[in-house]
Amino acid sequence: MSEDAPANTATAEKKLPKDLAAEKGMVNVQIDGEWLQVPRGTRMIEAAKLVGKEVPHYCYHPKLSSPGNCRMCLVQMGMPPRPAPGQAPVYGDDGYQEIGWMPRPVIACANTVAENMGIRTTGDLVEKTREGVMEFLLINHPLDCPICDQAGECKLQEFSVEHGRGESRFKETKIKKPKNVDIGKNIRLDDERCIMCSRCIRFMDEVAEEPVLGFSQRGTHTSVTVHPGYRLDNNYSLNTADICPVGALTSNDFRFQMRVWFLKETKSIDVNCGTGANTVIWTRANEVFRVTPRQNDDVNSAWMPDNHRLSFNHFQTDDRLTVPMIKEDGKHVQSSWLEATARAAEGLGMSQPDEVAVIASGRLSNEELFLSKKIAAALGTELLTIVPRIGESDGKLISADRNPNTTGAALIWGTDDPAAKLDTIREGVSSGKIKSLLVLSEDLLEEADFKSEDLEKLNHLVVSHTHANPTAAHANVVLAGAGFAEKRATYVNVTGRLQRANQAVIAPGESRDDWESLTALLSKLDEDYTAPASMDSILNAIASEVEEFSGQSFGSIGDLGMQITETGVTIPLVEQERARIDSGQIVG
Amino acid sequence: MAIIKVERPKLSAGEKIYFGAIFKGMIITLRHAFKSFFGKTTGAGELNSSGVGVTMQYPEQKWDDKLPEYYRGAPALVTDEQDRERCVSCQLCEFICPPKAIKIIPGEIPSDNEWAKVEKRPQEFDIDMIRCIYCGMCEEVCPEQAIYLRPDYVITGTNRSEMVHDKKRLYEIGGKRVGLVNKWNDLK
Repeated sequence: MSEDAPANTATAEKKLPKDLAAEKGMVNVQIDGEWLQVPRGTRMIEAAKLVGKEVPHYCYHPKLSSPGNCRMCLVQMGMPPRPAPGQAPVYGDDGYQEIGWMPRPVIACANTVAENMGIRTTGDLVEKTREGVMEFLLINHPLDCPICDQAGECKLQEFSVEHGRGESRFKETKIKKPKNVDIGKNIRLDDERCIMCSRCIRFMDEVAEEPVLGFSQRGTHTSVTVHPGYRLDNNYSLNTADICPVGALTSNDFRFQMRVWFLKETKSIDVNCGTGANTVIWTRANEVFRVTPRQNDDVNSAWMPDNHRLSFNHFQTDDRLTVPMIKEDGKHVQSSWLEATARAAEGLGMSQPDEVAVIASGRLSNEELFLSKKIAAALGTELLTIVPRIGESDGKLISADRNPNTTGAALIWGTDDPAAKLDTIREGVSSGKIKSLLVLSEDLLEEADFKSEDLEKLNHLVVSHTHANPTAAHANVVLAGAGFAEKRATYVNVTGRLQRANQAVIAPGESRDDWESLTALLSKLDEDYTAPASMDSILNAIASEVEEFSGQSFGSIGDLGMQITETGVTIPLVEQERARIDSGQIVG
Repeated sequence: MAIIKVERPKLSAGEKIYFGAIFKGMIITLRHAFKSFFGKTTGAGELNSSGVGVTMQYPEQKWDDKLPEYYRGAPALVTDEQDRERCVSCQLCEFICPPKAIKIIPGEIPSDNEWAKVEKRPQEFDIDMIRCIYCGMCEEVCPEQAIYLRPDYVITGTNRSEMVHDKKRLYEIGGKRVGLVNKWNDLK
């Protein structure tokens, strides 16, 4: 006893792990035999994720509330036994209390961790439970996989392989439910495939704030339906197809187009508005098949509006410009890049500096805007502008500014309003004061209130665009450009975040990435200019000239972008999500 | 996943010295050579056109009726008893095909079709017979028992496009196949 006494005092002096953790607002949790500190209030499923243990789940989604109804995430939990009255807790040599394992599993998604808690994500009990839950989920699930669009990215398929029995013991007839139901313009419902996780219902209620989905019937007949008299026509409805763990909700646009395992994923951003939602572009053989949102908690959470993700369909059309063209005797004829560039430079260079103007676009990338500024400088003109596109914000993800890169234009051109000179140029063209015009990725007649007869007055009009359009019809030189999925470029969104778009497909025909045609043009206009070897060198040039960009490169931006300035603009949906995280409704 | 460990067979001392097997082979060859002198080769009667009785006059003569059940010729699509296209264009054969000979464009079955409940069928189904290596993986992977390797082995054409079997041609070769699992029955 006398030998033990000093040891006991030493333990008393040394702080216990629970006290060390408590000082930082953490708790000690043992996950599969490994102790670690996690913040107080963490869900068990998130704690397991920290040590790289994925607990299988269907209904749990960090961005939505946790009803705990799929029961797939059952794990074994243990706590120290409750001491008898007057009994002091016993700590082992490592400073932890012994864990008493509970005989029944608990769900990991809705329970939070506690001090000295033990979690087992493997073991006989857990594996048996998962097998049981899988068997119940598969009872009424049809063997639709060969025709189901979800096959290949289906959680039920994946967990059947990992945790299922492999063979069905169910001999009775499966319950029949409505299939191939038209519930909205973008979404198709198959009730037989539904496993009642309620993710879509919660999404429509909590994020889209238009609760049109719900469960009807009871027991095995439970099915997801739209409320009578309503349709799932919300502009965020396709997100329900993304979060649906099975093929119950599928996209009408992507329906039966291609199996997902053939598609190549390219991380990119949405260029339909100033928010710049992060996306994944899914392609096969130089064709875009679908666009889905990519999680970025500072930009778009995990969501994306339907009209923006479907906009690629308007891009892949037959009226793409595939070769540079020059006008001869009033008719456009196919030309070579060398000739078209020379002709464009010649026409623009002939005019006096005050007779020439450059109309760039807020849809151009930072690199292209930087080059357009250089071109304006080489021509000696002050008249450089973008075409503003102001709409109405939807109070979620769609920004009022429909140009993806107005902020970038403002930063690179060093002006507060990059669209300020548009009116001056329009009047100049109308009065005949401006003789030459360079238009980049804009249709002046459709989008900027220019008049056809005014464009006729111009001596020289150079248009660079992706599609044939009325303005290009007036042009002396037409340069064929590349579109949103066809170039690697950077953009700055409304909040001042520098983001990167990657090239997913190759531009058709002889059309060129805009930076190539612009540097070629610039080399002709300015003899001292040496064309950069790659896109990266242009961004490096921006970084050395524009303060906000200093130190940035394609590598430094990363997949999630980099905040380079604060514009004071916020994204409503992100703010709403932060409030819900703070109030503890969601994990986030 | 069940893993089956295959053991190498234990060879006896006699088998390890392989001369025995060589002599065995030689004797078989000699026996056939000897028989052929007297015109007693297998199938000699049927092949008795060249006079010697051992050479088959291809293509006038063919082995077609002697082909085994499992012969792997041209892959083809089949229809079932109710003349339904069995293929639902799941594209697994396209995925598994080692020489990438198969190209499928999936399509939806219109709602007024009697098989509308199956929802999906191929809009286009091309097998490039220049590429096909007759491995039979497409048949093995098919979850709908829709593609089979048929005994057709004479696949010829005068240009490349003729060597691409389209959906119509594939159903011509495949024809109707009865007695398969009827997955899309009335209960479905």
